[in-house]
Amino acid sequence: MNAPTDSSEAADSPDASEAADAPDASNAPDTSATPDAPVASDFSLDAAPVGFKGAFTAYVAKIRSGDLGPLPALLGFVVLCSYFAWKSDVFLTERNLANLLTQSSATIVIAMGLVFVLLLGEIDLSAGSSAGVCAVILAVQLKTGEVVSGTYFGQDITISSKLDISILGIHVQSSVFIPVVCALAAGAAIGTFTGFLVARVGIPSFVVTLALFLAWQGVVLKIVGDGGNVGIKNDWVNGIVNSNLSKQAGWVFAGICVGCYAALSVAKKLGRIRRGLSSSPWIVVIAKSLGLAALAFPAVYVLNKNRNAAGLKVLEGVPKVVVLIVVLGVVLTFVLTNTSFGRHFYAVGGNAEAARRAGINVKSIRMSAFVICSTLAAIGGIVLASRLNSVDPQTGGGNQLLFAVAAAVIGGTSLFGGRGKVRDAILGGLVVAVIDNGLGLLGYDAGSKFVATGLVLLVAASVDALSRKTATR
Amino acid sequence: MDTAGPILQMRGINKSFGAVHVLHDVDFDVYPGEVTALIGDNGAGKSTLIKTIAGIHPADSGEITFEGNGVSLTSPRTAAALGIEIVYQDLALCDNLDIVQNMFLGREARRFWLLDEPTMEQRARETLSSLSVRTVKSVRQLVSSLSGGQRQTVAIAKAVLWNSKVVILDEPTAALGVAQTAQVLALVRRLADRGLGVVLISHNMNDVLQVADRVCAMFLGRTVAEVKSSETTHAQLVELITAGRSGDLGLPAEVHA
Repeated sequence: MNAPTDSSEAADSPDASEAADAPDASNAPDTSATPDAPVASDFSLDAAPVGFKGAFTAYVAKIRSGDLGPLPALLGFVVLCSYFAWKSDVFLTERNLANLLTQSSATIVIAMGLVFVLLLGEIDLSAGSSAGVCAVILAVQLKTGEVVSGTYFGQDITISSKLDISILGIHVQSSVFIPVVCALAAGAAIGTFTGFLVARVGIPSFVVTLALFLAWQGVVLKIVGDGGNVGIKNDWVNGIVNSNLSKQAGWVFAGICVGCYAALSVAKKLGRIRRGLSSSPWIVVIAKSLGLAALAFPAVYVLNKNRNAAGLKVLEGVPKVVVLIVVLGVVLTFVLTNTSFGRHFYAVGGNAEAARRAGINVKSIRMSAFVICSTLAAIGGIVLASRLNSVDPQTGGGNQLLFAVAAAVIGGTSLFGGRGKVRDAILGGLVVAVIDNGLGLLGYDAGSKFVATGLVLLVAASVDALSRKTATR
Repeated sequence: MDTAGPILQMRGINKSFGAVHVLHDVDFDVYPGEVTALIGDNGAGKSTLIKTIAGIHPADSGEITFEGNGVSLTSPRTAAALGIEIVYQDLALCDNLDIVQNMFLGREARRFWLLDEPTMEQRARETLSSLSVRTVKSVRQLVSSLSGGQRQTVAIAKAVLWNSKVVILDEPTAALGVAQTAQVLALVRRLADRGLGVVLISHNMNDVLQVADRVCAMFLGRTVAEVKSSETTHAQLVELITAGRSGDLGLPAEVHA
């Protein structure tokens, strides 16, 4: 037993506290949980990776500690794409690549919402059918032009959903505005209800959302009717998925994305240098920005080519839904990483008791997770309706929810809570879409696609469980 | 140091849970710049006493003065507002967050609604270095990658960060190895050297004698002795814990005979 200091005497003098420090520095060997990391006997508190090599070593150490990040999903994406590109000569055509993006869009949007719920270690099995409810609300309102119509309290009440405004000569075609807002509000209301049952009443989210999954599907069926279908003729709604940016707009959009990312990374680095804090090396900052540019600009180039070579109608440009996904992705990522509200999601997911002791309102965080999830499901529902130009009882049902959960988990969001990013939904959604799309091109039936997607989800969940084991060994 | 009066003074504290009288006229003092060890067997009332200080279980009767002023500790919030921080045995840290994020959890520094990471990181570094913490490689390390001793260090530093005046440590070394125990005890000593009033709850008499200035022994809901650690021995403390008396110290013989 090494006594750090004589407890009773002369503890004030600087010499005594220096003497107290000496023994624990020499006792350091078993203080580091990662055996491969060098033990810092020197007081450092911020190990700045120096140069590219340092950054690379730090990254490898991070991977080895079990924090795989988007690596498995990226790897899977590349492997799947290479395989399908090799097997099918249609896979890499401009037309199919654009299809991939529009096919994955609804799954990605719903998965983005699920990330918030999964971060808390909860699950929302009703996200898919909530999307269906919101989609059908939108479709019915667009068709009838009415928010409410019927006899209530002995009065015939009809509230029109048309609200055409002309301001300063600009005509806003707002017959779509109120239905869209109603669909989003319905999503938020559904989320509030789910959140209330989970956070306040205390029913496990699995049970609540399983029950609601069935109930909301029933609601859609009631509104649409068995075998029915509500068509959508509104160009704005149908255009979300089925129309494209102009060529110039596509370039400008990519330019803004890359420019803003580069500017923000540089500003962050400069800010940290000014405060005397460690920051990632310049070469990494530049490489990341260049990497984004190398991804965005070729993508715009490919999407700007006419992908309807056989037909008369020219089909070119970045699908508008890509803009929607990028904007949602940026906004939600910003909320999660740059606000205390977002930070508290990670805290509650990591250790709810610690979060409670730190003064975080755990219940309201739980509530808001479900509200965010269902509101994004509503957006996903609008995207689903837009893609098919109609809503039927299957909208948002079937495997839609499972694909969204699979997307989030494949992307790297942990089912155990506390780990996940919005970008996981995008990456995972693309992987799911590639499996579906690629196997379809190779002529496999729906059964094989389900089996393949299911297996990939199992692999992703295993990676999640195993990396968690590594991290907490 | 001994010339200063107690920063926290409790007199005649009583607390009952239904029919169970847990604290009997307990007197307890915490002095600034000193480590006061609170010892006693399981069920002696140590936990209830610190929960009274924390405002989790307000006392039924008794007087509490903090920095010379009479206070009533009726909720955890009032205790925190006075500058009383408790580091619980089951560490209240989030494994999936890094050290900075944990130290500022629930009290994040913000600028225009957004998290002010540079400020938080700087303050976390300053606090850790002022406590001469040498074993942490980076303040951006995830807590899951830290050893038990390092975690305890972060939990204690979190309490110091908020300029607390009294820090109560509930068995900080219970789950630690020899070297890590030494580190945490050195840190506990440094807290007191900074002028904080430190309360150390421990079952390990070696730790107590090594780091504490005063020892307060509890037995069946009563404070039976308050002694200077330099004037006592291991055997004496064990007797106080198990029998409530030791020679001239503790309860008079007839009380529990």
